[in-house]
Amino acid sequence: MKTGAKCVMEGLERAGVKTIFGLPGGAVLDLFSEMYHAPFEFILSRHEQGAAHMADGYARATGKVGCCLVTSGPGATNAVTGIATAFMDGVPMVCISGQVHTSMIGNDAFQEADTTGITRSISKHNYLVRSADDLPRIIAEAFHIAATGKPGPVVIDIPKDVQRSLTQSCAPKEVNIRGYKPVMDGHPAQIARLAKAINEAEKPLLYVGGGTISGDASKELTELARKAKIPVTTTLLGLGAFPETDPLALRMLGMHGSVAANLAVSHCDLLISVGARFDDRVTGKVSEFAPNATIAHIDIDPSAIGKSVRTDIPIVGHVKNILRDLTRQVKPIERVKWLAQIAEWNKQNPFSFDKTTSELLPQYVIEQIYEVTKGNAIVVTDVGQHQMWSAHFFKYTKPRTFLSSGGLGTMGFGFPAAIGAQAGMRDKLVVNIAGDGSIQMNFQELVVAVEHDLPVKVVILNNGYLGMVRQWQEMFYKKEYSASRLGQAGRAKNEKLKGKRQDIYLPDFVKLAEAHGAGAIRVDKKQDVASALRKAFKADGPYVVECRVKPDENVYPMVPPGASLMEMVHSMA
Amino acid sequence: MKHILTALVENQPGVLARIVGLISGRGYNIESLNVAPTHDPTASRLTMKVQGDDRVLEQVTKQLNKLVDVIKVADLTQKCYLNRELILVEVAATSQKRAEIVELAGLFEAKVVSVQTKSLTIQMVGEQEKIADFLALLKPFGIVDLARSGVVAVARGK
Repeated sequence: MKTGAKCVMEGLERAGVKTIFGLPGGAVLDLFSEMYHAPFEFILSRHEQGAAHMADGYARATGKVGCCLVTSGPGATNAVTGIATAFMDGVPMVCISGQVHTSMIGNDAFQEADTTGITRSISKHNYLVRSADDLPRIIAEAFHIAATGKPGPVVIDIPKDVQRSLTQSCAPKEVNIRGYKPVMDGHPAQIARLAKAINEAEKPLLYVGGGTISGDASKELTELARKAKIPVTTTLLGLGAFPETDPLALRMLGMHGSVAANLAVSHCDLLISVGARFDDRVTGKVSEFAPNATIAHIDIDPSAIGKSVRTDIPIVGHVKNILRDLTRQVKPIERVKWLAQIAEWNKQNPFSFDKTTSELLPQYVIEQIYEVTKGNAIVVTDVGQHQMWSAHFFKYTKPRTFLSSGGLGTMGFGFPAAIGAQAGMRDKLVVNIAGDGSIQMNFQELVVAVEHDLPVKVVILNNGYLGMVRQWQEMFYKKEYSASRLGQAGRAKNEKLKGKRQDIYLPDFVKLAEAHGAGAIRVDKKQDVASALRKAFKADGPYVVECRVKPDENVYPMVPPGASLMEMVHSMA
Repeated sequence: MKHILTALVENQPGVLARIVGLISGRGYNIESLNVAPTHDPTASRLTMKVQGDDRVLEQVTKQLNKLVDVIKVADLTQKCYLNRELILVEVAATSQKRAEIVELAGLFEAKVVSVQTKSLTIQMVGEQEKIADFLALLKPFGIVDLARSGVVAVARGK
């Protein structure tokens, strides 16, 4: 006879879990009691949102299922943002939460929340476990569901009495879910149709999303692109799926995409979407997206096909298998004219910023990170302007080296996700590029990095603003900077602080980092950036580099919301 | 356009909430819904009438298929299918009107299941159109109460 809690630990071990992120509480004490003897590395976050993002970052960096463990009620609700973030970006994760005693459910018990109800629409699947006998099956199913098909988070809510109750056997169960059988191989006739379309197209274009990375298909994609000479543009989450240093690379497309990529989409005659979902930030005005193209869509998720854009050649299945089959059937074609056009667009319109100014620009800092690391780093970002600049001024050549919250756009994601990534990739340099707004959302996790000797480097681009909000206010809201100023000076009347110290910026990130036991340095001048970065990257432990950058720099190019990709804005003038 | 969706789902708590949440979360109204176990007690058959254009319904069907607890979904509207609904309707019936209503019920193969001093309760099973016709004819007498099972449907043959 074994307890439910013991069954959970055995199930996790069998699923290959090595690291668990989380925070204990009353309803999970039995699980933590078993954890005390379990063979896992346990990383104690200081907030459950942090634990969920850590598990997410771990999964994005390693490709394995991330795992987090939180208590009932507030533990679970705090993890909700992390679960939703993973759901939107298709990240495999299993989140185990405690629940009050079965007999107390629905009774407004202490620390009770309807966790399965709350997470129903933001998880791939969830379970409320009613008997310890079900645990071996449920744990095995959860990991299977999280990792296969379009990956996603699965929540297992376990009442306290189920953790404590005894069961005959924790023996493994073979997973067989009759309602869940992801399609693996694409339909041969559809693949042949697409191969024919590629062979006949004059101006084909690959539009590559995060599914290519989660489907471990970067190699197959690269082979297809190089054999058939098809230029490649990626989404934000697709960065790294194809080497951005390759002449066929067009970099990112969409709202803050490259001019070349957006022009190529607008002019191509065949658009091949690979593991991407035609997000509104990618398409701009849907009716004018790829107006001249036959659209092919390869995706493991049938519901992604035809959701926002008409699809001429749909292929449902695993991208890796489909791309392999496709590459066999395409002919090597030179496409001299089309590639010359692509090269010209790339040459004329690189991502750029003012390199002559003596002011410290945020773009310059990111370019320096690229120079100093020579591109060998896992870059993890938060959300906003710095996220877009991280996409523009660092070139990604390998999958799983750019981690970012794309779909949900969760500020506060970057830093804990970087800790999770570092926990999974101990020998890699992990750099979290953050804004001064984002970093304040989960700064408390810095102690975790210090305690566990996870040498994450944090580069804060401090412009004193919620920068992307400020940019939209400048461009679309009459330059009324309502509540976007983080510094004290220049605030609107109703946000002015009462105190005397209106000219200083709070918090002092250097002191704050030091208080958490990490190294830190502040940079105000352009010429000090490279040396500060070198010092930080060489340091043994976590390190914070605060760069006081120009406050009102904007991200360009930009496709205004609702406009077509042809209507890019390049400056305020 | 009205669509009749039918789904075979796991007979477990929470499954209905998942399905209803998916549809209502996208702002569509479920006009009728019927769920009951099938010959296999671990599975339930769900029949749902939803309003929406074909594109919307295609997306709803795909999303339903994506749910782990949903075994199979079909939009019967494009197929050959049988549908039935059961209603219990209480009609105001004074002694003078009673015979007329009973005759009407007979024409629709409906059955009087309860007789009260001032009303009759009638049970009827039939296709949606026929039920609509019957109710329209009863309306002038005064419908006091109405309970409907919601439509159940199966595809015809294989």
